[in-house]
Amino acid sequence: MSDTPHIQNRHRPVTTETPAFRAALILVVVLFLALLLFAPLVAVFAEALSKGTVEAVKSLANPEAASAIKLTLIVAAVAVPLNAIFGIAAAWFITKYDFRGKALLITLIDLPFSVSPVVAGLCLVLTFGANTAVGGWLVAQGYPIVFALPSIILASMFVTFPFVARELIPVMIEQGRAEEEAALTLGASGWRIFFTVTLPNIRWALLYGVLLCNARAMGEFGAVAVVSGKIRGQTATMPITIEMLYNEYLSVAAFSLAAVLALLALLTLTLKTLLEWRFADQLAAAHRP
Amino acid sequence: MQIEIDHISKEFGSTAALHPVSLSIPSGALVALLGPSGSGKTTLLRILGGLEFPTAGRVLFDAADATNMTVQDRRAGFVFQSYALFRHMTVFENIAYGLRARSRAQRPAKAEIARRVTKLLELIQLPDIGARYPSQLSGGQRQRVALARALAIEPRMLLLDEPFGALDARVRKELRAGLREIHDTTGLTTVFVTHDQDEAMELADLVVVMSMGRIEQIGRPQDIRARPATAFVKEFLAV
Repeated sequence: MSDTPHIQNRHRPVTTETPAFRAALILVVVLFLALLLFAPLVAVFAEALSKGTVEAVKSLANPEAASAIKLTLIVAAVAVPLNAIFGIAAAWFITKYDFRGKALLITLIDLPFSVSPVVAGLCLVLTFGANTAVGGWLVAQGYPIVFALPSIILASMFVTFPFVARELIPVMIEQGRAEEEAALTLGASGWRIFFTVTLPNIRWALLYGVLLCNARAMGEFGAVAVVSGKIRGQTATMPITIEMLYNEYLSVAAFSLAAVLALLALLTLTLKTLLEWRFADQLAAAHRP
Repeated sequence: MQIEIDHISKEFGSTAALHPVSLSIPSGALVALLGPSGSGKTTLLRILGGLEFPTAGRVLFDAADATNMTVQDRRAGFVFQSYALFRHMTVFENIAYGLRARSRAQRPAKAEIARRVTKLLELIQLPDIGARYPSQLSGGQRQRVALARALAIEPRMLLLDEPFGALDARVRKELRAGLREIHDTTGLTTVFVTHDQDEAMELADLVVVMSMGRIEQIGRPQDIRARPATAFVKEFLAV
């Protein structure tokens, strides 16, 4: 038999949709992305720079804006590592042990996703406010919780709590317990197993979880708006300050600060992409048994 | 090492995985736990290795009570059904893991660890794969690496859970001979779990037939074949 009849089929795709139909599908996706993701991002930067770069930078140098940036970074720097630790602990507990009430615990971890952030903020005020027993005592000791940094951190932690655990649980379920058990039989202690077997296996999922958690912690508005008291230059985070500036028709200042917030998000995304690209081989290996 | 299983039972919640079973394994024997799935053979193996603790009964190693001994202290070389190799480590690092995990006082020097790993790689007849990752190995190679990793800790016994379960027939035959050889060279008391009667009969000195959490018969392969003790054994062997 001759091979000639097959040659013309060599590049034939296995799908049967017409090129026009495929082009149309791609166009829909591109339009959707442009309209919903790209255009708003461009608009933020365009509005920030509408009166020139100098104006934009000047508005950021304003003490209120500088304080907001500092506060947001502090909140993220405290809330994200703590949630990473709690998330790992929760995921470890849920996936490596069998116990009664596991489903209930998973539901509890998801609670911040289903509760409105405003309600979460109100709960914090009702628990730690100055006119409650705990809150009153803490205020008397000189450590106010509500309308101060601690409540902003607590609110951000509550809202971002599920991210790390949610990212880790499916990965850890899929990987099972066999590698940890193998390490046990080889004589390794619990801590050693965690650092040499578990953590390397979950590092990518952990990174994604931490990045999502960080993005949300920096951007959280509702819960923080309730607990912070919105004191300018003291308890106003970036999203809060942006809203206040916008309401005062200071659109360059508002959009400049919004652009910084967007830049921080883009920075984490770039970091993630770079890491993925750099460690592509390890990522692929981690998904094969 | 001589192993004594003394009226061991195991319950998971309200279901009994093992009714009290007793079994004496002579030092240096190669023993097969044979039975269908759900017969309790893997549970018994995991109790020996310290990965599960019995609800009642005792385990004795060389006449000393080891029932409550931790898994780390037992020094049981365990080969898992899916091998459970550390996927982010090279073959070398996998085999060296148990030695590196020892306390500082008992940990061999770096060069000594390398020497032992090289020796084990030669023992499993894969001297050149130290730098590879588990994902780059065939099923048969992974199984042998898992065996080398278990042997690296200088175990007091070797426990294998369906060691040939995931391999094709030809490789299985080859590795059976390999296990027999390693058992004979090391002289380790070896217990392996299988649902394949040919494997048990061909490889083991002593076969323990299990069903529904009970031991149906203990004996040399030829004796079990010639004189099945119960209706279950007779039927199981006939398949």
